[in-house]
Amino acid sequence: MTPEDIHEKLKTELGEEAVFDFHPVSTKDRDAWLQVAPFEIERVCEYLKTTKGLSFDYLECITGVDYPDLKKIVVVYHLYSLTQKHRIVLKVFLDREDPTMPSIVNVWSAANWQERECFDLLGVLFEGHPDLRRLLLPDDWEGHPLRKDYEEKEEYHGIPTVRPNPIDLFKIQIPAKEAKAS
Amino acid sequence: MSEVIFTNEMDEEMTLNMGPHHPSTHGVLRFIVSSDGEIIRKAVPDVGYLHRSIEKIGERNTYPGYMPYTDRVDYVAAMFANECWASACEKLMGITVPKRAQYLRVISCELNRISSHMVALGAMAMDIGATTPFPWTLRERERVNDLVEELCGARLTYNYHRIGGVSFDVPKGWIDKANHFLDLFDPAMEEFDRLITLNDIFIKRLANVAVITAEEAVDWGLVGPNLRASGVDWDLRKADNYSVYSELDFDVPVGKGQHGTVGDCWDRFDVRVKECRESSKILRQALKKIDEHPEDDILGKLPKKLKPEGEAYARVESARGDMGCYVIGAGKEEPYRCRFRTGSFTAMGIIEAKSPGLFLADLVALIASLDVVAPEIDR
Repeated sequence: MTPEDIHEKLKTELGEEAVFDFHPVSTKDRDAWLQVAPFEIERVCEYLKTTKGLSFDYLECITGVDYPDLKKIVVVYHLYSLTQKHRIVLKVFLDREDPTMPSIVNVWSAANWQERECFDLLGVLFEGHPDLRRLLLPDDWEGHPLRKDYEEKEEYHGIPTVRPNPIDLFKIQIPAKEAKAS
Repeated sequence: MSEVIFTNEMDEEMTLNMGPHHPSTHGVLRFIVSSDGEIIRKAVPDVGYLHRSIEKIGERNTYPGYMPYTDRVDYVAAMFANECWASACEKLMGITVPKRAQYLRVISCELNRISSHMVALGAMAMDIGATTPFPWTLRERERVNDLVEELCGARLTYNYHRIGGVSFDVPKGWIDKANHFLDLFDPAMEEFDRLITLNDIFIKRLANVAVITAEEAVDWGLVGPNLRASGVDWDLRKADNYSVYSELDFDVPVGKGQHGTVGDCWDRFDVRVKECRESSKILRQALKKIDEHPEDDILGKLPKKLKPEGEAYARVESARGDMGCYVIGAGKEEPYRCRFRTGSFTAMGIIEAKSPGLFLADLVALIASLDVVAPEIDR
């Protein structure tokens, strides 16, 4: 099925308030994508997975992208069907101040770790996730590094996060006092 | 090494800490294992020890300048991350790659697949107690490394692919050397089969251990050899026909449960062995066909400044399965966002779900058979 057909089918079955804003393949968007309303995502995914002819059984990738200019965080889902060999990209636009959306762990188990990573690095809260803990960073880490306005702390538990430039280290300088003594 | 942290006297359950420096964890990753004697109740993976924020680094580098960093996504199979990044950028900017460069990409990637599987197979055998196969596989890997070193100058982090092509053409006499390697490699794999794959003790140790069914594998997003071992006949090289794979004739090995159940640890081992043979088949054809295309035509036409706008998601079939790269450009020299989707990451996710009821020793077999590489999980 082409992305256009998939969009048409979703629109007629689930309504325009659930799926909208379809972008076909162009020189800008190299993969066709469509927008999904945040609190409809589980229903849309369930429909995409279980409907015959669509059967999107494989969740490839969940990505979060921060857009401070738009005041949005966008969660991008890349879906693929192993049997039908077609793809679709879903995007969910969330409010940057309060990025909350339902989890889709019940649809694909593969979402479990990917949503944890998205929470860890971008701070998106997935409601209904069974174990939403930080995945890659330590549990007491502050902030979400993939946000564009993230500023690195100078140290973490006494471990500095910056180091002197290695090139500077090779320029050995004799302290002024010692230089006089010798 | 493993150490007992806590024993609950009222219950037989104890909590074991496995890793982060356990030799069978292939890098630095840790499991918190609750076990009742030898039987695991739950094994919770704790990853992130090798997190180097590769995705954040990408936002601070130019498109070509990010290429060496992609080597570090998966340092056992760096060529695939190179190819993935290059093809994502090419898709984003609409660049076509010359045929010769595409053949060079296939050749370098298949060589890398062999060397990566050699580590996976040898290390898996060693993890469960057979030490001899490891040096045998490393001998083959060294031969591949010598070839790749001659091709691109590096043995581990290759930085060979470029946006629009590859960096060097084959040196003089290299194709004969590669063919000579394949002549040695095919009998070596026969020998390897007799040594370990079809070894009775080895089969009894791995057959029916940690079975992953086809439904589970798809549901958890397993990819590559792990998915195919569960009986799902899906290979991106066939499904997507990217690069020049459509011009090459090869089979996709699928787990059949010859000695146990479909999707057990032995199947995952066997699929990798067979994949090495297929890679050898692909290489022989590609080494022949590359001469049909003019020499030194290895880099496509690039715009002077790479400032694309838009987004693209490209996939390649890496040694650890479907590797995806999502790149967003915002009209600047640096990408706005780049993301790597890797096979080891989703493979790690399934361990917690598969672990209950396994023997502690079988957890080691499961980790080894999934062929997870720690830096690829953490990036």
